[in-house]
Amino acid sequence: MSGSFTDEQIRRYSRQIILPEVGGKGQKKLLASRVLVIGAGGLGSSAIAYLAAAGVGTLGIIDSDMVELSNLQRQIIHGGNIGLAKAKSAENFVRSLNSDVEVIAYQERFSPENARAMVRNYDFMIDGSDNFPTHYLINDACVFEEKPCSHGSILRYEGYATTTIPKKGPCYRCIFKRSPPSGLIPSCQEAGVFGVLPGIIGTIQASEALKFVLGTGQNLAGRLLCFNALDMTFFEASAEKRPDCIICSEQPEIISIEPENYLERTREVCGYDRGT
Amino acid sequence: MTEELDLRCEVCPYTFVKTKLKMEEMAAGEELTILLDDSAATANVSRSLKSEGHEILDLKSVSCGVWQIVVKKA
Repeated sequence: MSGSFTDEQIRRYSRQIILPEVGGKGQKKLLASRVLVIGAGGLGSSAIAYLAAAGVGTLGIIDSDMVELSNLQRQIIHGGNIGLAKAKSAENFVRSLNSDVEVIAYQERFSPENARAMVRNYDFMIDGSDNFPTHYLINDACVFEEKPCSHGSILRYEGYATTTIPKKGPCYRCIFKRSPPSGLIPSCQEAGVFGVLPGIIGTIQASEALKFVLGTGQNLAGRLLCFNALDMTFFEASAEKRPDCIICSEQPEIISIEPENYLERTREVCGYDRGT
Repeated sequence: MTEELDLRCEVCPYTFVKTKLKMEEMAAGEELTILLDDSAATANVSRSLKSEGHEILDLKSVSCGVWQIVVKKA
């Protein structure tokens, strides 16, 4: 009875199956979907938790870092796992939350060498990375492979989320043409992060992935949703496709992923204790 | 053709979740007969079906503590 759902699945997902936009058909779409979370830090933690809870069928998680004590103030899925690889720790969390989800944990960096092949295998990406070269690399791989992605970024009390949909609206490079000069933006290690901030931004990114799979609602394509936790305000900035974008315009400068385009400058990355 | 769904011993919200999943498998115009053993659940399922646009053709107590809803899929 009740289609192909087990009684346990009917109970687990009952509160979202009831939603008119989800139903049994939507739940089946979620169970058949594949989402890649790049970075299992603060943004990744909350995104991973809610994507797994909703029953995204295959969750790829890529992170090369180890869990450190200073992560636990905001990276809520890694409790009890200090010293363990974040990818493995996240995998354990998902398995204990929802056995419907197949987790593929990659304990490696998202790199120019693996980017396109990685992205190709998934329906939607969550950018939970913490540095500009990786933001651009994720964007470029998604542009070439024509895949959607929700990007997020946080610092101190502020953050934003935006979503890029292939051939529709701006890409990340249209919005952020080039990374700021080295040293202009302090690292999270220097500036600090209010712990709930990645939770809020990461869950916005997860909801973008879920709605994309369900094919419902409005997404953040062409919109930057900005949040300030100190003022407790949200505001929106609109962004348009850049006619001279170096990757998604009609005459792009970037036509393939070359490692030299994604080199980290020394101050752009937080070092051993990444902030996101 | 009339489908049947026995939801006696089932509780809210699963009464409606199972009804909704059954309705999704049916074609527009098909009818479903649902059996329930709780008056509140009967009212809730009936109300939820209406709010999703379906037509309640019949709602009655068929024996002591058992209610029947006949609904036509929109």
